Amino acid sequence: MTLLIILFCLILIIVVAVQIGRLTELANKIRGEEAAQFESNRWNGALSLVFLVVFLGGTIISSGYYGKYMLGFGPWVSASEHGGALDSMFKWTLFFTGVVFVLTHIALFWFAWKYRGRKGHKARFLPHNDNLEIIWTAVPAIVMTFLVIKGLDAWNDVMADVQPDEEYIEMEATGYQWGWMLRYPGPDGKLGARDYTLINSGNNPLGQDWTDVKNLDDFHPTEVVLPVGKKVRVRITSRDVLHNFYLPHFRVKMDAVPGMPTYFTFTPKYTTEEYRQLLGVKDNMGNPKYPEWYEIDSEDPDGRKKFQTFNFELACAELCGRGHYSMRKIVRIVSEEEFQRWADEQQSWYLLSVRNTDDDPYKGQMLTIDVEETDGGDGESDEQQTENADENPAD
Amino acid sequence: MASTTTVEQPLKTREEDLLIEEYGYDDHFHEHHHGDKYQSNFVTTYIFSQDHKTIAKQFLITGMFWGIVGALMSLVFRLQLGFPEENMAWLKPVLGQWITVNEAGIGTLSPDFYYALVTMHGTILVFFVLTAGLSGTFSNLLIPLQIGARDMASPFLNMLSYWFFFLSGVIMFFSLFLNTGPFSGGWTAYPPLSGLPQASLGSQAGMTLWVVSLVFFVVSVLLGGINYITTVLNMRTKGMGMWNMPLTIWAFFITAIIGLLSFPVLVSALLLVMFDRGLGTSFFLNEIFIAGEALPNVGGSPILYQHLFWFLGHPEVYIIILPAMGIVSEVLSVHSRKPVFGYKAMVFSILAIAFLSFIVWAHHMFMSGVNPFISNFFVVFTLIIAVPSAVKVFNWIATLYGGNIRFNAASLFGIGFVSMFISGGLTGIFLGNSAIDIQMHDTYFVVAHFHIVMGVAAFFGMFAGIYHWFPKMFGRFMNETLGKLHFWITLVGAYAVFWPMHYLGVAGVPRRYYSFDTFNAFAHFDTMNKFITVAAIVVFAVQVLFVINFFYSIWKGRQMKVRNPWGATTLEWSTPIRPGHGNWDGKIPSVFRWAYDYNKDEREFVPQYVPLSEEEKLQGHTH
Repeated sequence: MTLLIILFCLILIIVVAVQIGRLTELANKIRGEEAAQFESNRWNGALSLVFLVVFLGGTIISSGYYGKYMLGFGPWVSASEHGGALDSMFKWTLFFTGVVFVLTHIALFWFAWKYRGRKGHKARFLPHNDNLEIIWTAVPAIVMTFLVIKGLDAWNDVMADVQPDEEYIEMEATGYQWGWMLRYPGPDGKLGARDYTLINSGNNPLGQDWTDVKNLDDFHPTEVVLPVGKKVRVRITSRDVLHNFYLPHFRVKMDAVPGMPTYFTFTPKYTTEEYRQLLGVKDNMGNPKYPEWYEIDSEDPDGRKKFQTFNFELACAELCGRGHYSMRKIVRIVSEEEFQRWADEQQSWYLLSVRNTDDDPYKGQMLTIDVEETDGGDGESDEQQTENADENPAD
Repeated sequence: MASTTTVEQPLKTREEDLLIEEYGYDDHFHEHHHGDKYQSNFVTTYIFSQDHKTIAKQFLITGMFWGIVGALMSLVFRLQLGFPEENMAWLKPVLGQWITVNEAGIGTLSPDFYYALVTMHGTILVFFVLTAGLSGTFSNLLIPLQIGARDMASPFLNMLSYWFFFLSGVIMFFSLFLNTGPFSGGWTAYPPLSGLPQASLGSQAGMTLWVVSLVFFVVSVLLGGINYITTVLNMRTKGMGMWNMPLTIWAFFITAIIGLLSFPVLVSALLLVMFDRGLGTSFFLNEIFIAGEALPNVGGSPILYQHLFWFLGHPEVYIIILPAMGIVSEVLSVHSRKPVFGYKAMVFSILAIAFLSFIVWAHHMFMSGVNPFISNFFVVFTLIIAVPSAVKVFNWIATLYGGNIRFNAASLFGIGFVSMFISGGLTGIFLGNSAIDIQMHDTYFVVAHFHIVMGVAAFFGMFAGIYHWFPKMFGRFMNETLGKLHFWITLVGAYAVFWPMHYLGVAGVPRRYYSFDTFNAFAHFDTMNKFITVAAIVVFAVQVLFVINFFYSIWKGRQMKVRNPWGATTLEWSTPIRPGHGNWDGKIPSVFRWAYDYNKDEREFVPQYVPLSEEEKLQGHTH
């Protein structure tokens, strides 16, 4: 029944439209074509001006209003060291394109009004002006050059890999349909080797090669935890199709490619707690600058406000099938001490799931892994780690 | 609110005919073709027609059909995004198994099909509507008419070009009804998702049909392109030097060259994916564990596919926009009664854009894992391509300056095109700078950018062309009131749909998400998404009005009473009102001037086939 009503309404609309069309054509015939055209030019010229005002007003005002949601604006400073440069590039580009956007639109719609066809008016024969062409070729070229130089400077900086003697924490994120598996290197600071043919969904989801002792202390946390102020080099890969490791607040993004590890290096600038304070900041009068974040978080059992329960998140940013939109992990940035405590508490995957099972290459053997505590990546040689000793396995 | 004011013609029809008779080129066409069996029955006239004007209409109407299909798809997925809690069970009769209805009777759209809809929407609109429907229609209609040729160089290949397009459409249509669903890996079809049937339902039979359809489609494009190039190079009438050609022809000509050089690479990419799928090769596959199994394929690279795909993919977007630009140059000039400003600069811009379009493709791949060093070059060339694009915008605005503008649906869409191209083109400058792209890649900022340039600007160019050349195609006018309504509502509505997406993108919201509920970071935009969806519905409704206007006017539109209602200088308006096979009844007009002599002296306009006056010969020519 509803369908019939809808159908009837549609047909009615069609008939009305056709009639309006025919009526206006008739009216124009009566009025005289030329007069009708000039009248129409006045209306459409005027509408052009109205549109100009509404359009520019709407875009500028709405961008002001939505500023507080856009990363790089409002409270959303970059949570990483490199992000500021990227946000700055965005703002420079916004400045130049904003100027062009406003000026060209004013010219376009103002000319539409000013040069509308009317009685007694004639067009001017202005076929070209080479000087103008040179100017409006050169000026955009100069602006583009500036943006290119600034942009590539930032790009090459951000994308540069770590130096040989640099200290950093390495962690690994493996995308799969549909989630992320995280792997940290453990006390030896090094991730062990992987072989995809070793993967089994039971106790070796990443295909770690347990004969490589660097794997024995690697652990698989359920959330990304990192210390503030320390450089992190994320090793990004995929088990099946393309995914993308995306940390929006940190301005981090890189495709996860099966069979080809990619990397992104960044340094967290705020702890989660510090960032929460940024969201909950108050202005000079003592009022919340971003009131939305003072609403109660309905999902929090303790009834805390939203800024107190805010968390950084990891998302996927490359279409990977049905569950692409649901690949979430929490990211927590903590102090160095807390990170160390957390890391020390983590049990290695090997010990948790593989040790003394049939998949354990050292089954039945005792193990010592002599590991010097490292900060990661300082080139400790693997030969110093020994196997087959008589004492208890290290933790 | 009128319309179709016919401009006072400087010459009477009889005088025009006398000029063409005296100076025209006599190829004895009608003697040779008298009594031939060309177009002698219904099938050869309307179905397997070899007449370029009929083929143009076939492309147009098929393109319009696919436009409606693609737009309807977008309404379904916009419903999901704007109103995710709403009951979609009412769609079950149409979408069948892809709507799951729970015990409470609430229907939800399956995520698999959501991605299928998004994929099909992109594929259909980019290829079937904006490539075939735009180039196919206007290149076919205008090339012979504007250069002074009887038909295309090979009417037979031309006919095949349409029917391969039709066939590719049929195959794509079938794929919508497969049990495992149509292809769902995005119109970009990146492997391994597209290369592994086990990765997704849509990567099963749907992907196979998708590839077959597109291979036929590319055949259609190549056949058309060869024809357009050959015709433009070899069949221009006497006096029609390249620098006397209207900008439309330059645009269609260069577009065809780009297409010929870039589409075959797409075919190679698709064939290699098919080999990976069915023959056990590893062009794009390496070290994959999926569906509980470690696959034997090693040594390939998904990134290779992306290079091959985008080597077409980037020129493709210029294949879409250049014809629209050519049309807008023409429409703005005719209705402003002024030459298009900077004709030579406009031609050089087209050439520059065409050349540069081949060396920017990897700006789609900044975050794909390619060596960042390579990206430097692609940033440089991408931002360079902004320069000729800007030059064109300034020249269009200068075309309006000092004009005597006649507002009708065609010129309004032309002006709207410029606004949309400014808005959408400027955001390209953000995305082309790799540093900014780190954050913007695969977010709604990209979606906003390409929709405004392709989904709106290119469409506006197409609409301008349809309203402007409808009289040439059908001997009648489309209704002007409905046309203006169509324009103003679509202009405002399209901005309402796509402008907010910039904010979503900068806020970090990724594209190709079925739902935003999983992430706190992306869950703040319920109202905005509702707004976008409602605006999309309104815009769609107004397109329906356009379609009604189009078909009604074919049979009942206001009739064309004079040959050249717009007072244009170009040759297509010198044929009889309903041009038959061969376009001109007698000789083909010869050409003495460029296409833009509007208001240069006391004459309001001077058609191209009018010889130079004594004064003009003394002045030397002005353009």
